[in-house]
Parts: sequence; structure tokens; C-alpha cells
Amino acid sequence: MIEFRGVTKRFPDGTVAVDDLDLVAERGRITVFVGPSGCGKTTSLRMINRMVEPSAGRLEVDGRDVLSADPAELRRGIGYVIQQAGLFPHRTIVDNIATVPMLLGRGRRAARDRARELMETVGLDVSMAGRYPAQLSGGQQQRVGVARALAADPPVLLMDEPFSAVDPVVRESLQDELLRLQSELGKTIVFVTHDIDEAVKLGDRVAVFRVGGRLAQYDEPGVLLSRPVDDFVDTFVGRDRGYRGLGFLTSDTIPLGPLDMVSMGDPLPDDGWAVVLDGTGRPLGWVAAGDGPVTEDTVVPGGSLYPVGSGSLRGALDAALSSPSGQGVAVDAEGRVAGSVTADAVLAALPAARDDSAA
Amino acid sequence: MDWVLRNSGLVLELTREHLVLSLLPVLLGLVLAIPLGWLANRRSWGRTLTLNAAGFLYTLPSLALFVFLPPIIGTRILDPLNVIVALTVYVLALLVRTVADGLSAVPERIVDSATAMGFRPVRRFLAVELPIAVPVIVAGLRVAAVSSISLVTVGSVIGFGGLGKMFTEGFQREIPQQTVAGIVLVLLLALVVDALLVLAGRLLTPWERAQQPTAGRARPGARR
Repeated sequence: MIEFRGVTKRFPDGTVAVDDLDLVAERGRITVFVGPSGCGKTTSLRMINRMVEPSAGRLEVDGRDVLSADPAELRRGIGYVIQQAGLFPHRTIVDNIATVPMLLGRGRRAARDRARELMETVGLDVSMAGRYPAQLSGGQQQRVGVARALAADPPVLLMDEPFSAVDPVVRESLQDELLRLQSELGKTIVFVTHDIDEAVKLGDRVAVFRVGGRLAQYDEPGVLLSRPVDDFVDTFVGRDRGYRGLGFLTSDTIPLGPLDMVSMGDPLPDDGWAVVLDGTGRPLGWVAAGDGPVTEDTVVPGGSLYPVGSGSLRGALDAALSSPSGQGVAVDAEGRVAGSVTADAVLAALPAARDDSAA
Repeated sequence: MDWVLRNSGLVLELTREHLVLSLLPVLLGLVLAIPLGWLANRRSWGRTLTLNAAGFLYTLPSLALFVFLPPIIGTRILDPLNVIVALTVYVLALLVRTVADGLSAVPERIVDSATAMGFRPVRRFLAVELPIAVPVIVAGLRVAAVSSISLVTVGSVIGFGGLGKMFTEGFQREIPQQTVAGIVLVLLLALVVDALLVLAGRLLTPWERAQQPTAGRARPGARR
């Protein structure tokens, strides 16, 4: 648990980067600091491992005042990941990852064994162990950065815009990977980003900072999207927040409708659209009414799929909107077609889902 | 060539002296330049002070230094120490700037991440900043070593100039072969030392030549 109590950072030139911050980052959870540049989110993060010293207030990590600790010792117990990973260019991947265990005085051999284990954990091929950072792609370097931060198994992980320098596709896979890792490791993570979408995707709780270093709102992502406290948060959370808020409402109450289904070689439907299934019942795409049999050429790509049981209202609505027929394809856990979902059905289910989440 | 073969004993002795007189100052200069370069890179006043002092020292004429050093450092006028101290001053003047530049070129975010991982300043300097600055330092070291090998010859005016003695003697005794042989040997020595430094630099920085992989190889099944 990380606790800020009245923490202020005033720089020698008089600028106040962080103004009287009160905030608790729960143990085992991801807390995201988000805000425009100059809002003090990075300064707040860097006070946790004393890269920046608070001017006033008290900051505790697991009950211990950070100012009472030896800075180097404190930092070895807190993982740190930054943009472009900050890897050491002159050390191999395995030695980069082994850095903190080596600083802690563990043997080189044990440290390297542990490093190779961690490469597996973060999804890197162990054959890369002997390479240098410059030989890796940006996404791979970022994985090494995460492995390096985890090497000494610290309870706390600080991540300062770690994924902002990689392209959107890689960023998304790194985010998914982080959530997967977190579900196994349960670290106390403080994550800084300027990207509100990243914040609501990763955060168990999100702290929105405003310029001048004041905390504007600190809530669960769903609450942030549905009930911003003021105009600043409303504007910052951005357009489509109503639509994105659907991502935090569960969709169990949507009734599934029927669906016309055909297989390859069957005659095309007489009117409307039909879903084409493969041999195992999974959807291949859509076909429109016409004459002749269903062939590869007549199949139109389908929209997004809506997984029954694990989906959100947003996923269900998107499946309906992105389908050529206006019927979203609902699939079961094995990916087999379970029925259809329409935009009307999603909207009809909305009031109940809202009541559920408010309760 | 003939002359060299007939006087091989003398040539070998002078070459040895030349190497000691020129390379010992390079070593001493480097050892002193590293902490001073660190200071220059760490504090803005340190940078102003050390770099200005280095610039001033470098403009002193070498001949004047050989003559004025003895009363300052308390040596006799004919003492090889004068040459060594004078050249150390030159090498130091050159290398302080090199070391400071090399250290300031280490990316801020790398130094920052080292600090955040729990390196204390001295260990961070030795294990992270200095190794990353090696390519720049080696480049400066090559200039310093070659300058030093060439400057030693001036020491022959006070009797300790290594192969430079072959210029003065050849001139006085009117043996042009000796003068020419001296010049060629000094050049050869400079080339060999330079080549060795390049090689040492390469061995010290294997990461500089690490190539980009032709294709990323993520674990099968794992998305990149």
C-alpha cells in the first residue's frame, strides 16, 4: 500500500508540481495517474522511490516513511519501468534483467538463472539472452524493461509511461500482457500515462490530475466515465465517454435472438443475410441473398464477435453495429455461434445494467 | 635502413625510452582525467573550471614547459621526469574534455533508470556511465597517444627525447639517414599504438557492433 498524506512538491524556482496530495494506492492493485502534461503525475510517481523528495507531507510505502529509508535500498525494493525501457545499451539482455539481484549481492549465476526465467514470464525467447538492447524491437525492449523491474520480486512496481513510445498495436499487446502478468503476480502498481484510454483499460482505480498538481478525481474507471466530478474531468475523459462507459457495464441481461446460418456449398438465402459457419460451428462471415451456392467469393467479412458471458454492453453494441446485417454474432467460450444480438436489445438492457453497477 | 640495422642496439634502446616517455603520461593523464571529467560533468562550476584550466594548460608551449617545470616541481633540469610531467599535463588537458563530453553524452534516461534501480553514485559511474562513454574516451585517447608520441621528441633538447635524439644527433653529426630513420620510426610507433587502441576499444565495446536482427523472434504463440 502506498499512502500520500498532504504531499506537496515545490521546486526551488517556486513552481508547485504537486499540491497537497492525499491518495492511497491499494496493495495488489493497479493505480493509474493520468492527466495533461505539467499536472504533476510523474513527479508524484517519482516521490515514491525518492527520485524526487517531497517538500511537505508524508509518503509511506507499506507503512514506512520513504524519507526514513536509505534511497538506494528503498529503490532496490521498488521496480521501475520507464519509456523506451531505459535499458543499459552495454549490457546483454540477461545482464540487464539481472541488474537488481546483482546489486542486492546475489551470485551472478543465480541472478542470470532468474533473469532467464523472467524472460519466459514476459514472453521473450530465451535465445535472446545474449543479445544487446539495440538488437531488439521497441516492444521487446519494453518487455525486457518489465522483466528487469520484476527481477528482485519487489512488491511495488512504478511504471512511467512505459508503453507510449511503441506503436499502437504493440502497445495494446503489452497492455494485455501487463494485465495477464498482474493477474498472476498481484503487485502494487502505480502507472503513469497521459492516455485516458490506457488509464481506464489498465487501472483498478484512476487518479485524474489537473495542471498545478491537484488531484481532480480518484475513482474506478467506470465511475470516472459515468460520473466525472467537474468540467475538467469531463473534458479530459473526452468524447464518446458515454459509449466507452458501456465497456464497464456487464451484458448478462441481453436476450439472444435467432440467426440464419448456412455452410459452404449451401444455396444462398432468399432474402436478408445469413452467417456462414465452418465445420465446427464457428463463424466465417456473412452472405447476402442471391442465387447459387455459398462460395468463398460470396462471403463478406463479419464484424466483431460478442462473447456471451464475458462481454460488456460495449462489446455487444459494437458487434451489432459492425455487422453487415445489423445483427451481432454472439459466440460461446469455444467460439461457436450462440445467437444474435441487436442494438435495440443492447439499449433495452441498459437501464438494468446501470442499476446493477450503481448498486 | 642500413643505418638502423648497424645501430640496432641504440635504436631499440631509444624506442623503449620513447614508449615509456610517451605512454606513461597517457596512462597517468587518463587516470587523472576520469575523476576530473566526472566533476566537470556533474557540476556546472566544475565544467567551467576544469575545461578552462585544461584549455589554458594546452596552450602552453611544450618547450617552455620543459624549461620551467624543474623549479616548480623541484627536479633537476636534466631529468626524464620533466618530460613525463609535461606530457601528462598535455594529455590531461586533452582528455578532461573528452571524458566530460563522453559522460555528458550518456542518455539522461539511462542514468536515471540506473539511479531508480538502486545504484549508488560511485557504482553507477563505474558500471554504467563510464562504460557507455568508452567509445568517446577511446577516440580522445588515440589523439592524446599520437600527440604524446610526437611531442616526446621535443624532450631531446633536455636529453630525454627517445627517438627524437636521432633527429638532433643526425643533424649535428650530419648523418641524414639517422634523422630520416628517426622520423620513420616515430611515425611507425604512432601508427602501431593507434591501431592497438582501436583494437582495445573494439574489444571493450562489443555492443557497439551488435547488429539489428533480420527478423524479430518472439516466442511462438506470443504476440509481439
